Amino acid sequence: METQTSSPQLATGRLGRSTSRKRRSEAIHAYIFMSPAILGLLLFTLGPMAASLLLSFTEYNIITDPEWIGIDNYVELFNDRLFWQSLRVSAIYSIVSVPLGLSVALALAILLNHKMRGMLIFRSVYYLPTVISGVGVAMLWRWLFNGDFGLINVLLRRVGIQGPNWLFDANWALAALIIASLWGIGGTMLIFLAGLQGIPQELYEAAEIDGAGRWRQFRSITLPMISHVTFFNLVLGVIGALQVFTDAYVMTGGGPNNATLFLSVYLYRHAFQFLHFGYAAAVAWILFLIVLALTLLVFKSSPLWVYYESERPGRNA
Amino acid sequence: MNVDLSGRSTSAVTTQVGSQARLGMRNQRRVQTLVVYALLAALSVLFILPFMWMVSTSLKESQDVFSYPPSFFPNSFIWQNYPRGWTLLPFNTFLTNSIIVTTANVVGNLVSCSLVAFGFARLRARGRNILFLALLATLMIPREVTIVPRFLLFSQLGMVNTLWPLILPAWFGYAFFIFLLRQFFMTIPTELDDAARIDGASTFRIFFEIILPLSKPALGTVAIFAFIGNWSNLLDPLIYIRSQELYTLALGLNLFRGQNFTQFNMLMAVSIITLIPVLTVFFLSQRLFVQGVTLTGMGGR
Repeated sequence: METQTSSPQLATGRLGRSTSRKRRSEAIHAYIFMSPAILGLLLFTLGPMAASLLLSFTEYNIITDPEWIGIDNYVELFNDRLFWQSLRVSAIYSIVSVPLGLSVALALAILLNHKMRGMLIFRSVYYLPTVISGVGVAMLWRWLFNGDFGLINVLLRRVGIQGPNWLFDANWALAALIIASLWGIGGTMLIFLAGLQGIPQELYEAAEIDGAGRWRQFRSITLPMISHVTFFNLVLGVIGALQVFTDAYVMTGGGPNNATLFLSVYLYRHAFQFLHFGYAAAVAWILFLIVLALTLLVFKSSPLWVYYESERPGRNA
Repeated sequence: MNVDLSGRSTSAVTTQVGSQARLGMRNQRRVQTLVVYALLAALSVLFILPFMWMVSTSLKESQDVFSYPPSFFPNSFIWQNYPRGWTLLPFNTFLTNSIIVTTANVVGNLVSCSLVAFGFARLRARGRNILFLALLATLMIPREVTIVPRFLLFSQLGMVNTLWPLILPAWFGYAFFIFLLRQFFMTIPTELDDAARIDGASTFRIFFEIILPLSKPALGTVAIFAFIGNWSNLLDPLIYIRSQELYTLALGLNLFRGQNFTQFNMLMAVSIITLIPVLTVFFLSQRLFVQGVTLTGMGGR
């Protein structure tokens, strides 16, 4: 650098050096600011995931040292009837509660998207249950589903239907949990509402001039225009459904007769009740692979059904 | 006027534009409004009824809870159920613990997530985008996947049966909040930073004196989400806390349920008390809640 003679080059050299110094200082600052997340990522996510992969090949009960047992945990897992039961429960719950929740949330959002007085109050009413999830609400549902004195069966009896003993009936317990989950769709609903409000009104006006009915407008305008929101809600919904714990733990404890033994409850039992940490780590990794596969599936399939406005032909014209 | 009415003000369910008589149009619109209101009201009953039932049960005499046919309104209002239930277990201790844990989580999330979000929104560095994607990807990892090694980590650190495992993770950022804050910070014009820099302000001063004061709505949203997310958390306390004097409300309520599983009036009374803080926050910040999603997340493209 010092040997450079021509002045313009020198000038750019200096400039270059000062910007690069500025760049470096900016980068250092950036890493300082981002350091909590970098540490958190290593300490609470990536580290634990790697550890749990290793752990899944060991037998470990926290008292004695971990013992390497190869794939025995996985073999045991695949031979455990209860593991398959928990997979089945989580699968049925996801397959039913996610599409059902999305449909109801979308229907509510469409109703709420009318510009009428009092909409904010309705929005709050529908959103409220989402805010207060947890043990208290799970307990409320236990009471609502009580076979003899619960509100649900009381109301059913009024119209002449003898309701089942929901949470104590292996055929109905999972259905009860799915019904309870519908109470908490407020978040999904609000995200749909945000999507609906982003649809340009002219599209509907044009469709009307072309004589399209409401159903046709819904199918040809609303659904495609909010498909990216549906996509977002679907991903969140599936991940959420695979994490259900509090409701199952408090309302049924996994019973009756393992009818609500969610994967998360199965994992909790093995880790923190039986202290099979290696085995639980194997369950955790299977769960992770399932979520990964499902997420990839949703992402890969998205070009088929998610419509992005930026891809609209002739938009730049 | 005809076109104005039908076109702009409503959305998917718009009445027909065209040659219809004005009177017919108006009637049709009125019918539609009525139908929408009726549907909304009917559905909101489904959402509210469980609450009413909860309150009604909490005020009933024990024998009335299991009387048949059950009445929707209590025969007499037994307000005593509330203090009685609350003192059957040391709920004041549980409340204190919940307040400690939740406050520490809210503050931790605010501090860590705003710092990180500022880094992502404003400062260029190699690997920044990959890091951001990695962070967002963690949102898709179910927490069950990491609970076992996390537990082992905290047990190595001698922190099992303390409140630390419930508090520390919040101080290392949470991807969803980082995302929200980053999106918000990016809407603040960079000219403000540049002007401050010319005046000799350091990066930290820009963060504290320009970005943070302008981001109060976003920080408020994060604080409220963090509060609500933590207040009802059961899984983590269940794993880490053993001694009753460290129980949070969620754990205490769970214990109470195990001991008094038929005392539905007191169960409901105590549940209601534990829900009061969340309900209060919700009603105070309703607008932010119900409109916040539109402002911060998906709405703006």
